[in-house]
Amino acid sequence: MTHDGYAGIAREGLWKNNPALVQILGLCPLLAVTNSVINGLGLGLATLLTLVLSNTTVSLIRHYVRPEIRIPVFVLVIASIVTVIELAMHAYFHELYLILGIFIPLIVTNCAIIARAESFASKNPVGPAFFDGLMMGLGFAAVLIVLGAIREVLGSGTLLANAHLMFGEAARGFAITVIEDYRGFLLAILPPGAFIGLGLLIALKNVIDARRERRQQPAIAVRSEAAAPPATTA
Amino acid sequence: MHAPVSVTRVMLQVLLAMIPGLAAYIWFFGWGIVYNLLIAMTVAVVAETVMLALRGRPLRPYLLDGSALVTAALLAFAIPPLAPWWVTAIGSAFAIVVAKHLYGGLGYNPFNPAMVGYVMLLVSFPREMTSWVPPLDFSVYPMSFLEAGRYILTGQLPAGVTFDALTEATPLDTLKTNLGMGNTVAEIRAQLGLDEATSRLLSVIPIFGAIGGKGWEWIAGGFLLGGLWLIHRRIISWHIPLAMLGALAIMALLFYLIAPDRYASPLFHLFSGATMLGAFFIATDPVTAASSPMGRLIYGAGIGILTYIIRAWGGYPDSIAFAVLLMNMAVPLIDHYFKPRVFGHDRD
Repeated sequence: MTHDGYAGIAREGLWKNNPALVQILGLCPLLAVTNSVINGLGLGLATLLTLVLSNTTVSLIRHYVRPEIRIPVFVLVIASIVTVIELAMHAYFHELYLILGIFIPLIVTNCAIIARAESFASKNPVGPAFFDGLMMGLGFAAVLIVLGAIREVLGSGTLLANAHLMFGEAARGFAITVIEDYRGFLLAILPPGAFIGLGLLIALKNVIDARRERRQQPAIAVRSEAAAPPATTA
Repeated sequence: MHAPVSVTRVMLQVLLAMIPGLAAYIWFFGWGIVYNLLIAMTVAVVAETVMLALRGRPLRPYLLDGSALVTAALLAFAIPPLAPWWVTAIGSAFAIVVAKHLYGGLGYNPFNPAMVGYVMLLVSFPREMTSWVPPLDFSVYPMSFLEAGRYILTGQLPAGVTFDALTEATPLDTLKTNLGMGNTVAEIRAQLGLDEATSRLLSVIPIFGAIGGKGWEWIAGGFLLGGLWLIHRRIISWHIPLAMLGALAIMALLFYLIAPDRYASPLFHLFSGATMLGAFFIATDPVTAASSPMGRLIYGAGIGILTYIIRAWGGYPDSIAFAVLLMNMAVPLIDHYFKPRVFGHDRD
């Protein structure tokens, strides 16, 4: 994967192999907390931070871990990082911490993180591993935020409500009322709205990919011989 | 799948069979249902056209099969007659776009589209979807055709009338609430099922009729009539309605015999809410029901039992839609065990 360099890693994480839209990993937090932009952003940033730190750490220790016990070691690394982040959020973003609740500690079980540790960080030097964590995390966070935005606008007619939970009291004014006098559309806020919303986002990505592929048909036909199948398997 | 012509014929007869129920509905509850039907059908046809075009399917045969109209009609019957137009429109569009076409269109949808649309509305707009109206005779202001239309389309009520005064809980809802307050079935029916003169004197709206809800029992009768005609014409088979009504009646009878104070009679259950509509028109949807005769009996009985369980002990007063959707999920399993073995093939 590294032969494409950093641009390739960025493309993989943000689009081609996006953890949420392509690998469909970490669905539980993805679906559970995205009923507003701020909730999505909060969990997205926490996951992003975990991915960056765990990828970096795993890459640093990759020569000292025996392959037989690598998975438990990765889990330990990830769990310690998540614990640190959880305690930090508890201290500095207490209200947001209460809203996100169990899903902060559950970042440990987000398969996207262990998948990156296993398939990328444990085989690559620190630089690319750090960058891969950053890009995968951004890709995941972006989907959380977009899904959160769609559900918040449809469900309660607002955007960035409760921004003060993340950005302090000054941010109360960030909230935008998109639709005045909105009666609310509960389905979007409830779990079915998350499933339908994510399904539509995945469909949209596939449509965009199909369009682009059709436009580049001749070029792709030659290249596809050389292109390896996606290196990441979840 | 059958040729479009035969599907059209079937769907047309299903629509015709709804007429007795519709007539009773208009007679007892006013013109709202007509607007609901028109809005739901228009939106359904538009949604169907858009989705067919997006999916690159031929428009004519699929539009003419009439299945979208049947979906829209079933949905319209499930929505309160004075629901704002956008409730009906959203439900109809959701039924066609998400529940039907995203699953592959007619013949491929695992869930009954009308019921998916209804449940989506019930979950999303609980207030609009539970504001039913009393029979016209007892309404504080029986609205004319134009007044009903103006309210549904613009939200404007005739001067001096409030929406709360116009609405009334359904008989099933009233029964559930009052049972929850510790009253017995007999007490509730005695209070709210008075004869007309006494109830006018006490200005209580008599919610309960002779067997079911006032007005509702006649609508149920209309659907029963239409359903029997469909069976007579061999549009639907008798298995699902019989199994569903039978299972519901047996469940109701059992608990009625054990504790008549706590549980309404089997006849009340058969002639209240959407029982008859569900048994003959909703559960019999050929796409989402089980296919073999034995499978249909099990499928229908499952709906009947679930309907009773949710009505008696669940959170919602009526439950045909939930019961149908739950049994839709079980259809692949039922079909797996009760499919007539094709000659020469092993049982797998």
